[in-house]
Amino acid sequence: MAYSDKVLDHYENPRNVGAFGKDESGVGTGMVGAPACGDVMKLQIKVNGQGVIEDAKFKTYGCGSAIASSSLVTEWVKGKSLDEALEIKNTAIAEELALPPVKIHCSILAEDAIKAAVADYRKHQETKGE
Amino acid sequence: MLKFPIYLDYSATTPIDPRVVDAMIPYLSEHFGNPASRSHAYGWEAEKAVELARADVAALVNADPKEIVWTSGATESDNLAIKGAAQFYQSKGKHIITLKTEHKAVLDTCRELERQGFEVTYLDVQEDGLLNLDAFRAALRDDTTVVSVMMVNNEVGVIQPIEEIGEICRERGIIFHVDAAQATGKVDIDLQKLKVDLMSFSAHKTYGPKGIGALYVRRKPRVRLIAQMHGGGHERGMRSGTLATHQIVGMGVAFRLAREEMATENVRIGLLRDRLMNGLTDIEATYVNGDIAKRVPHNLNISFAYVEGESLIMAIKDVAVSSGSACTSASLEPSYVLRALGRNDELAHSSIRFSIGRFTTEEEVDYTIDLLHRKINKLRELSPLWEMVQEGVDLNTVQWAAH
Amino acid sequence: MFAPVYFDHNATTPLDPQVREAMLPYLGARFGNASSRHEYGRQARAAIDAARAQVAAAVGAHPTEVIFTSGGSEANNLFLKGAAATMKPGRVAVSAIEHPCVREAAKRLVKQGWQFDEIGVDAQGVVDEAAFAKVMDGRPRLVSVMLANNESGVLQSIAPLATAARAQGAFFHTDAVQALGKVPVDFRALGVNALTVSGHKIYGPIGVGALVIDKRVEVAPLIDGGGQERGLRSGTENLAAIVGFGLACELAESRRASDAACLTQLKAKLESGLGGLGARVFSAGAARLAGTSFFAFDGIDGETLVGKLDRAGFACASGSACSSANPEPSKTLLAMGVAPEMARGAIRISLGRATTDDEVGRFIGVLTEELKRLRGLSAMAS
Repeated sequence: MAYSDKVLDHYENPRNVGAFGKDESGVGTGMVGAPACGDVMKLQIKVNGQGVIEDAKFKTYGCGSAIASSSLVTEWVKGKSLDEALEIKNTAIAEELALPPVKIHCSILAEDAIKAAVADYRKHQETKGE
Repeated sequence: MLKFPIYLDYSATTPIDPRVVDAMIPYLSEHFGNPASRSHAYGWEAEKAVELARADVAALVNADPKEIVWTSGATESDNLAIKGAAQFYQSKGKHIITLKTEHKAVLDTCRELERQGFEVTYLDVQEDGLLNLDAFRAALRDDTTVVSVMMVNNEVGVIQPIEEIGEICRERGIIFHVDAAQATGKVDIDLQKLKVDLMSFSAHKTYGPKGIGALYVRRKPRVRLIAQMHGGGHERGMRSGTLATHQIVGMGVAFRLAREEMATENVRIGLLRDRLMNGLTDIEATYVNGDIAKRVPHNLNISFAYVEGESLIMAIKDVAVSSGSACTSASLEPSYVLRALGRNDELAHSSIRFSIGRFTTEEEVDYTIDLLHRKINKLRELSPLWEMVQEGVDLNTVQWAAH
Repeated sequence: MFAPVYFDHNATTPLDPQVREAMLPYLGARFGNASSRHEYGRQARAAIDAARAQVAAAVGAHPTEVIFTSGGSEANNLFLKGAAATMKPGRVAVSAIEHPCVREAAKRLVKQGWQFDEIGVDAQGVVDEAAFAKVMDGRPRLVSVMLANNESGVLQSIAPLATAARAQGAFFHTDAVQALGKVPVDFRALGVNALTVSGHKIYGPIGVGALVIDKRVEVAPLIDGGGQERGLRSGTENLAAIVGFGLACELAESRRASDAACLTQLKAKLESGLGGLGARVFSAGAARLAGTSFFAFDGIDGETLVGKLDRAGFACASGSACSSANPEPSKTLLAMGVAPEMARGAIRISLGRATTDDEVGRFIGVLTEELKRLRGLSAMAS
């Protein structure tokens, strides 16, 4: 399989690998995919008081394209509001990384990971608010 | 000096031994005759070379040269053996037995025979990759005519109990075919002793050229086949088509070298494989696939848990290895062989087949061990699964949000 | 080393040194299995793709229409049996002068319920129009007529035959093994559904060939397994041979006109000599391959004469190589109505790229001497 230079770059030098501390506040975690499907992505966002994502981290079990897709979205979500982050579409990810058709599902998974992380953050905010 | 990528995929194909190439060259030059030409020296010379090679191939497996039929490779041999015997003996019955871990050349041939009205039993293997003889006996029926079991598995390298299976088949008058493509030069094969009726060989897995193979067809007791390729009546009518002299010469020399050198070579290769195995099983959560004792010294198939197979291959592109059989690696399907051994999809996906050969060096093995350590570490740092396992989470209890 | 003059190019040709050079790296460092995903495998795959394009270009086909096989015999078997396997049994028709691999493969279909028709040829070996039309009236599903005959070198007008057969609903195949590099072989212009080519008849390696086939023709594979060649021909690709075959096809096409011009002259000289010796040249009145001459002398046994010529340093054939072990007279000649005694005397000379004017001249000289001796003997006997 021929990977694009951008995929290779993210794969060789993944950005923002890791996890936030268990007790850190303002963290939303999205975990999507399943080992049996060959991809599991865990995306974490850290949101500040103004509702802006100030940091993001990821870990991914999956092919090079899956790793690159999740690495890319950690860069893209930083500095965005939650609603702005939700506007990131898989097509943009696929285009940026020049993913071949068989790897489009990696970009879909990355989009899902953003949605899951935002939803998780909002759920925590709600429970705190009650 | 290391040359990259390091080739550890000898089970997919081997380089041709330079001594084999040297022997082939004259037949790509001045000795270019068609061995079927009976009226001049060009033809006679070619025919002589073909017969010499036939004797060399026969000698490796202790057979009579008259029992060797040239084909274009092991795939064709498997097709000719199984279709040819099943079709010839179909008045006696139409039941065939094989294993789920056979090469595609056998499995797809059996599927084709199913379309032609034959019934095929695909037997499971044990977790160690070996056939359980009781299960085999239980599967035999009165209308079983052909049994096909590979000698050495291409993915995990385990050696099936061919001698025992042969005894059982012979006792019941069942034709026994063995795919030995991965076995020649790696295990001793004595067809005077083994009760095997048909055996497939390939040159390019044993340092010979691609495009040439052979089928052993036993003469005593005589085994009959329906030819699959018709024409000029070459190979006593069993396989028509002009014989490729240079390739046949190459196979002959390759098999002669195997006979002369396998005893010492396999010791050396076994040491390298053990070095590799010890170096890699050092890594946490690794699993060797298939029985380790009943296996050729050339093979190590190992699963690295919590890393994904494709990213693993990408990470170790400095070594040329296979993540399953070469023929199926174009698809993302997990290896059906490993699944038949009871491995789950994740472990099947993250398996690597290392196959060591004649030109592998200790330096290459050491480099590979070091590379795998570094890359597995890196991928596990990236892996949410590994993180969860470190935190004591049982992954089987996790509800995955499958997409 | 004593090397006899090689006059048996229709049996096999010497490998072109350029082709050998192109093959050597693939017998050496570039040994990968084209199915492997690593560097070695990708290199092999790229080489096979390039060769496929070369073969396709030589016959005016699309690369995806080329299926590599182990040779011409397999390709012919693949078309006939493979196409038949996807159809209800019907009629299969082949010409009376086909190579055994076409005839036997077609006859084999009878066991599966097919009816076998043989299309007769005239005294020159050309497909008989009336006989062809009559067979077509039976609406055969599969028809195969060779472009150039391996023994007589006679050429058939394939395009009109293909058109007529296809108008009746048949799939039409031509065995172009002996034609490639000698006469134009254009898949589209011929209008056939499939054609067969082979490496070792065009100064390429033995052990490789191809079936060029229109994708509308459904064929089942003869060899099942790893799914190579779009699933139509499994088995690890014969890398070095395929590379050699690709280049041989390219060279065959680029050299075709000049080779043919040269061979035409040499054959004219040969046949003028043969005429002077009272030979009967078969198919002399028909369009033939430039380098092939098939002839006999009344009352002279072909085997004996070929043996004498061999000892005198000329490698010739007394029939087609595949059936040389077989003392039966040539089926091609019998189909042309040649008497069996005459057919037994047949000798085939097939000239090639390296043949020289001097060799042909010497050959006529040797033949004259041998004939004198043999005729003297037969005169004494009578």
